[in-house]
Amino acid sequence: MLSKAVDLSPPANLPGTAPSPRPAPAVRLDGVVKRFGTVTALEETWLQVEQGEFLTLLGPSGCGKTTLLNLMAGFLEADAGEIFIGGDLVTATPPYERQIGIVFQNYALFPHMSVAKNVGYGLRMRGVGKREIAERVGQALDLVKLSGLADRSPRQLSGGQQQRVALARALVIRPKVLLLDEPFSALDKNLRGAMQVELKEIQRRLGVTTVFVTHDQGEALSMSDRIVVMSAGRIRQIGTPDQVYRHPQDRFVAGFIGDVNRLPARLEACAGERATVTIRDLRREVEAGALRDCAPGAAVDVFVRPDHLTLRPAGEPGTLPARVAALVYQGSHIDLHADLDLSATEGASAGGRVVVRMPGQGALATHAPGTEIGLLVPQAGLVAFPPEG
Amino acid sequence: MRRGLRTRILGISGTLLVALILAFIVLPAFVVTLAAFNDRAILSFPPAKYSTRWFTRALTYRDFQTGLWNSLVVTAWASSIALAVGTGFAIALKRYAFRLKDTLEGVLLSPLIVPHFTIGLGLLVLATGLGAARGFAVVVVTHVIVVLPFVIRSVYISLQNIDERLELAAASLGARPGRVLTTITLPLLAPGLVSGWLFAAILSFNEFTASLFVTGQATQTLPVAMYGYVREFADPTLAAVSVIYIAVTAALLTVANTFLGLGKVLNVEQGR
Repeated sequence: MLSKAVDLSPPANLPGTAPSPRPAPAVRLDGVVKRFGTVTALEETWLQVEQGEFLTLLGPSGCGKTTLLNLMAGFLEADAGEIFIGGDLVTATPPYERQIGIVFQNYALFPHMSVAKNVGYGLRMRGVGKREIAERVGQALDLVKLSGLADRSPRQLSGGQQQRVALARALVIRPKVLLLDEPFSALDKNLRGAMQVELKEIQRRLGVTTVFVTHDQGEALSMSDRIVVMSAGRIRQIGTPDQVYRHPQDRFVAGFIGDVNRLPARLEACAGERATVTIRDLRREVEAGALRDCAPGAAVDVFVRPDHLTLRPAGEPGTLPARVAALVYQGSHIDLHADLDLSATEGASAGGRVVVRMPGQGALATHAPGTEIGLLVPQAGLVAFPPEG
Repeated sequence: MRRGLRTRILGISGTLLVALILAFIVLPAFVVTLAAFNDRAILSFPPAKYSTRWFTRALTYRDFQTGLWNSLVVTAWASSIALAVGTGFAIALKRYAFRLKDTLEGVLLSPLIVPHFTIGLGLLVLATGLGAARGFAVVVVTHVIVVLPFVIRSVYISLQNIDERLELAAASLGARPGRVLTTITLPLLAPGLVSGWLFAAILSFNEFTASLFVTGQATQTLPVAMYGYVREFADPTLAAVSVIYIAVTAALLTVANTFLGLGKVLNVEQGR
């Protein structure tokens, strides 16, 4: 039923459905910089969030994602650069004039107000008439399926319900942008999944531009239209979930999104964005966009996902020799940890630990620790990066 | 078995120790209360015969009547002024960074270290120099200085318990700073303000040392009047006044507890 709602044509609450062929981006950051004392929390950043887009800022804590969010909300002032919301310059506009909806990690519900008063707060501050407030609060509570709880105190609600109230409170003012600051991290795992699906549905139905901050790559991959991967105050890559997962442009992105194995290799030849490498004695074509200069013979690291490696009998031609170190049962799959024997690779450290992800349970019986195995490295899906340091 | 016995002995002695400590705290009030009902005109314990005539005397004695009135006036003014001033300083100290912030904090909290008689003497000298000695204004100013640190601390702790994200959320919803203050900050701060005022009132009502220096015959507060009384008489009237004192303070705290919850008012409970 809800999938139908998704197809509902242009967002009803956006005024910008006018003739102009390309509407202004919902948010635009032009060379924004933020420092705290001598620490640069956000280096010069350029970013556009399109109308109706669900954009995720992903990165470890301290990467600058929350700083970026606070700059959009107006809670922080940029040290340099300009910020535009819906085409209007807002760099110096205080938060109360930006028309932004925000949901905090702890929801920040007003403890001295009922659910309905919380949701209606933004409308009261705008001087909306009583009858209209009641009507719009009712609609917002319907939207988040909390119609029966209008008179409760926030303290009487579960974590999931509190989050719905926070969402309703942010949406009821028809914000130009909805900002979500790690909204799921306080929920337990089962509820988190359900809330993610529900939030995504609501977001699509309303077509509200959303900027979502998280450190959880799973959340980012499942919810976003585009992901902005950040670390150390810098944007590392911007792309669709598939782009950042399958074609990381940066060593950090490759390591941060999904699990990954690093195979030491040697560069043979380059052709544009691609290169040929040898891993021990295997020749492979890899993506090599991140290699700045092509020096045949140089050491590189090849990254491969655990589920792309395949187990073979030891000694089979075209495989890498390895020894099983541990088997980790994960329910839906098994992670086999193996030590690679790379002694034949010139200059490479003696070996390395890799993880092979296998569906099913068969391996538990047949691959006891200590067993010699061969690892089949795929022909596609490999990405090469310059070695660390 | 032996283990069980040892646990029980420890448990009993623990209870006993707590009971002793509590008894020790309550003992002075208990002795004074009993002494107040002594029929004889001496302060002794335990009384042989009981009477309430010293309460009558306490309530009709001229100096105590004016002293009580003076005390109430001074307390009301001093704690209210201290609350307004202290709240401002607490917000400044909590929310803003400025030069000499540490110095200001030190100065504001210094009445905790400076003896009350020093404060009293200092203000007496100052007021005499200004030609305003022995007026009510000097007494009120003295009390404000003495109770200010407690108000600031109480409000400061309450401010710490307010999640600043509540104010940010309000701002994002369109509330200007003034409205954030009146709709979010002050309502959430109310228990802290009440507790700050209550602390200030109780301290001011009981303040003696500094008051002794800055009060005169016309402006003397109840504790000063009591001191004057005990230098001349040794009958249980003073004990009766003490009982009234305890009763009034207890009543005040009971009211606060009924309407706000004592835990919240005294800041021993977490804000949320």
